[in-house]
Amino acid sequence: MVLEIMGYILGGTLITIAVTLVALPMGLVLGMLFALARVYGGKFLSGFAALYSTVMRAVPPIVLLFILYFILAGSINISPFWAGSIALGVISSSYQLEILRGAVQSVGGGQMMAARALGMSRLTAIRHIIIPQALRLAIPPWSNEASIVLKDSSLVYAIGVPEILRRAQFVSARTYQPFLAFTAAALIYFLLTFLSNRLLDRLEDKTRIPGF
Amino acid sequence: MENTILRIENLSKSYGSSTILKDVNLTVNEGDTVVIIGPSGTGKSTLLRCINLLTKTNSGRIFLDDKEINAHGVDENDVRKHIGMVFQDFLLFNHLTALENVMIGPSKVLKMDQVAAREKAFFELERVGLKDKAHLYPGQLSGGQKQRVGIARALAMDPRVMLFDEPTSALDPELIGEVLEVMRKLALEGMTMLVVTHEMGFAREVADKIVFMEHGVVAEEGAPDDLFFHPKHERTREFLWKITELYGKHDQEKGENPE
Repeated sequence: MVLEIMGYILGGTLITIAVTLVALPMGLVLGMLFALARVYGGKFLSGFAALYSTVMRAVPPIVLLFILYFILAGSINISPFWAGSIALGVISSSYQLEILRGAVQSVGGGQMMAARALGMSRLTAIRHIIIPQALRLAIPPWSNEASIVLKDSSLVYAIGVPEILRRAQFVSARTYQPFLAFTAAALIYFLLTFLSNRLLDRLEDKTRIPGF
Repeated sequence: MENTILRIENLSKSYGSSTILKDVNLTVNEGDTVVIIGPSGTGKSTLLRCINLLTKTNSGRIFLDDKEINAHGVDENDVRKHIGMVFQDFLLFNHLTALENVMIGPSKVLKMDQVAAREKAFFELERVGLKDKAHLYPGQLSGGQKQRVGIARALAMDPRVMLFDEPTSALDPELIGEVLEVMRKLALEGMTMLVVTHEMGFAREVADKIVFMEHGVVAEEGAPDDLFFHPKHERTREFLWKITELYGKHDQEKGENPE
């Protein structure tokens, strides 16, 4: 019985991972763009990014998920999987904006000044000097955000995506074994976050700048 | 025939209501080493940053090789290719090796191909005596080594003039010598240099002209011996002798000269 429950829920793991693998990189790209706008943009760009950050982080993710899902599903023919993943990506981007903004500012204005003194344009300096250093600084808080996105992927159960939580709910209803079902789900989530944290720790070690 | 590389006319700079630089005039001829001295906070660093357009001036003109570089519409990035700058805090790119630090200018700004850029970088690193440290990162270098890499990085762009903003002020006394030695060598090789420093020994030995700045204006300027032995203003004499007392011998412990 336990194995059957476990096996069924395990089948949702790939979907959970898929949702995360769509949302997280999307959040990174968007978050980076917004972070650069926030730090290097003029009054309007910077202000817009600040507004985006404040609003998106002030609303519970599940509320935003519903809003974005109904906007997306209402306007284009899109599956719950994609609607949910994209929505989570947008949500994550607002948190990653703050992480990356902190990282970029930690790199310091001196680096930009030295780069420009060589004749680099701002864009070249951002690309070759600021971002490489900022990304390294961002790994620890980013690892945290990665765990959060992985766990937040469970929110898409609410729009019908058959990931881990949805399956656990289904099995729990079918077998009248909620404790077993949800504990199994929790166990899988634990393994996933544990592994991803370890992976990111390895990344941090590999990319560490010698001497620091 | 003296060739003027850098000419500054009536340069002024204020931040809000405080005036940092007031009507500064300065000429630097080819191959000259001009040393700027003066009390802290009198605008010396600001002056350097105005020259390479990192800071916008309020009024005045700057000419590099007779071309006005701080006029409207001038491509600032292009101008900065010809002006090298060395910073008090070194400001090396921490994620790059010494070699990569020196290479990145030629490679990304001058668009040299990798092989040529690497060769140029090795050449400049050798010039500052650090060829064997090429593959180390800034975090693995001493302060003096970092600054020498900083000098090599600026030299790799083949600038018309090198600006030094208190290059040894952040260094331990024992490490100052190696940097001054590189600067001395550069001066002898004919590099045009504008140096803000407190190192009076260096100034007296290497400078073609010393400029004493105070309160955002040029108080006095002249050849080292003129300023030291026949200064026009009492204040100049006062400052020079005090500074020599403190910094003249850079390997002396600062504690021996309390003030």
